[in-house]
Amino acid sequence: MLRDVWLIFRRDAILLSRNPAWLAIGVMQPVLYLVLFGPLMERIVTSTPGFPPGSSWTVLTPALIIQLALFSATTAGFSLLADLRNGVVERLRVTPASRVALLLGKVLTNGLTTVAQAIIITTLAFLVFDLSAPFGGILLTLLIVAMLSVTLASASYAVALTLRNEEAFPALVNSVMMPVLLLSGILVPITTGLAPDWLYAISRVNPFTHIVDAGRAGFRGDFSVDAMLTGSIVLVVLMSLCVFWGARTFRRENA
Amino acid sequence: MIKARGLQRRFTSRGRTVDAVKGVDIDVTEGELVGFLGPNGAGKTTTLRMLTTLLTPTAGEAEVAGCDLRADPVGVRKRIGYVAQGGGTGPECKVAEEIELQGRLYGLSKADAIARGKVLTEQLDLSGLDQRLTKTLSGGQRRRLDIALGLIHSPKLVFFDEPTTGLDPQSRANLWEHIRMLRSEQGVTLFLTTHYLEEADALCDRILVIDGGEIVAEGSPDALKARVSGDSVVLGVDDDVTTRAAEIVGRVDGAHDLVTAVGEVRFRVPRGDTALPALLRAFDSEGLTMQSMQVQRPTLDDVFLTLTGRSLRDSESGGDADQPDETATDEDSNRNDDSDRNEVPTHVA
Repeated sequence: MLRDVWLIFRRDAILLSRNPAWLAIGVMQPVLYLVLFGPLMERIVTSTPGFPPGSSWTVLTPALIIQLALFSATTAGFSLLADLRNGVVERLRVTPASRVALLLGKVLTNGLTTVAQAIIITTLAFLVFDLSAPFGGILLTLLIVAMLSVTLASASYAVALTLRNEEAFPALVNSVMMPVLLLSGILVPITTGLAPDWLYAISRVNPFTHIVDAGRAGFRGDFSVDAMLTGSIVLVVLMSLCVFWGARTFRRENA
Repeated sequence: MIKARGLQRRFTSRGRTVDAVKGVDIDVTEGELVGFLGPNGAGKTTTLRMLTTLLTPTAGEAEVAGCDLRADPVGVRKRIGYVAQGGGTGPECKVAEEIELQGRLYGLSKADAIARGKVLTEQLDLSGLDQRLTKTLSGGQRRRLDIALGLIHSPKLVFFDEPTTGLDPQSRANLWEHIRMLRSEQGVTLFLTTHYLEEADALCDRILVIDGGEIVAEGSPDALKARVSGDSVVLGVDDDVTTRAAEIVGRVDGAHDLVTAVGEVRFRVPRGDTALPALLRAFDSEGLTMQSMQVQRPTLDDVFLTLTGRSLRDSESGGDADQPDETATDEDSNRNDDSDRNEVPTHVA
C-alpha cells in the first residue's frame, strides 16, 4: 500500500517536474497580489480599526498561500479528467494496486506542489517586502497549507470522478469556491470590527475561515489555544472527511 | 480460464435502465484464442469490464484465471492482463517510466520490472523508444506499448478490447502477428473483442457473437460460416431479361433465397463454383448473356445477418439495417482486401 502510494506519488511528481511552468504559473497570481495589492494594505491596516493584530504582510502572506492552495488543489481534478480520458485511470485500476493508494499518491503530490509554491511566496515576501514572522510559525502554516491542499485535492478528485465532465467541472468548482473564498476573509479579514453582524456570522460557519485564521496566527507566532484550536480541529476533520470521500469514490466500481 | 454464468449488467441513468449485458455464459479454456464479435453497443466492452473487475456485475458469477470475480477481485487482477480500447498511457510520460511503474504496481522489484520491460519492448519492436514521451509514438507503437504494459507481469490470460481499432491496415496486420505469437510461443490464453469480421476470422479459434447484450451464436469461424447454407451468387444481366434469367436460375439444383433486382439476380447455392458452368451453358442455350457474375463464400457478415437479420456493417454504420446493399457488397470486396480471401469473383465479358 505505502509502496503503491510512493509509486503513484513519484509518477505525478516526475510529470510535474517535467513541466515546471505550471508551478510558476500557479505562483504568479499570489505574487501579483503581493506586489500590486500588498502595498495598498499597508496603509489600510494601520488606519482601519478592527483589523486583526500584526502587520499587513503577516495578514496578507498566509492568506495568499491559503488562497493558492484553494485554487490549485480544487482544480487538481482536471488532471484526473485527462487521465480518465487517456485511459490511465482504467489501466491503473486493473493492476492489484490499492485504489486508496491511487488517490493518496496523487493528493500527496498536490500537497507537495502547494508547499513548494508557498515557500516561494513566503521567501519573496521576506526578501522584498516587510514580512517578519517566526520560523516555527511559518512551518506550522506550511503544514496547514499542505493539509488543506490534500483535503481539497481529495474533494476535487471525488467531484471530477463523479462528474466526469471537463466542462461542468470548472463551472462547479468556481461556483462553490467563489463564495467560500470571499466568506473566509482571505483578502480583508472578516472581524467583528469590520463586518456587519450577519456577514460575520456567516463567515464563522465557513470552515475555511477558521483555517485562514489559524494560518495567520502561525505567521504572527501566536500558538495559543485560542488562535489555533478551532482551525486545527476543523482542518483535521475536514481532511479526514474529504480523503474518505475521495477514497470511497476511487474504490467505487465504475469510477 | 474463464467460466462465467449469467453475467448481467444493468445501467441506470436519469431514471432509464439499460440492460447492457443480459446474462451471458462464457467458457474459455487454457490456450484458446477467443473472439467476442458484435457491433458497437452490443455489450462487448461491458462484458470485458466485468470480467476484468472494472465493473461489478448486476447478477451472475464468474471465475477468471482461477479466482472468483466477486470474492477475490485482487486475485483476478494479479493474474490477468488487460489492454483497453483507448490505451492507457499518459502522453507526458516516458515509455520506460510507464513500463517500470506498471511492473512495480504488479509487485515486481525495480530491477525485475526493468528487465521484463526490456524483454517485452524487444518482442514488440519497441526497442530504442525508452526515453520517448508516449505522445510522440505512432498509433501502432503506442498500441504495442499498451500490450507491453498488459503483459508486464507475464499473465496467463490477457484481455484485449478492440486491439486494432484506429490502426492502419499495416499496423493491424503487424499486431495480429504479435497476438498470434503470444499464444503460440508463450501459451497465453487470449480473449479479445472486435467489431471487425476479418479480425475475428483471421485470429480466433472460436467466436462468440454478441448482439443486444446476448450471445447469439458461438463456434469456430468455419462452423459459424457453415450455418449459412451455401455460397452467395450474384449475376449481372441486361435489365430487360432479368425475369428470364431468374427463371433459369430457379432450375439450378439446390438454388434458394432467390432475389432479383433490375439487372441483377442473387441466390444461394451449396457449391457456387460448380453451379456456374452449368448455368453459363443454360444462359447460352436460351440466348442470354451474363454481364458479370460473382460467387462469394459465406462470411461472418452473412452469419451475423442470418442470426440477427441485420448486417454487421449496417448495424455499425448507424442501424440502416433495411437499406438494400446491392452494390455495396461488391464495392466493399474491392476496397477491403481482407474479405477478398472469401471470394471468387468471376467476370465475363
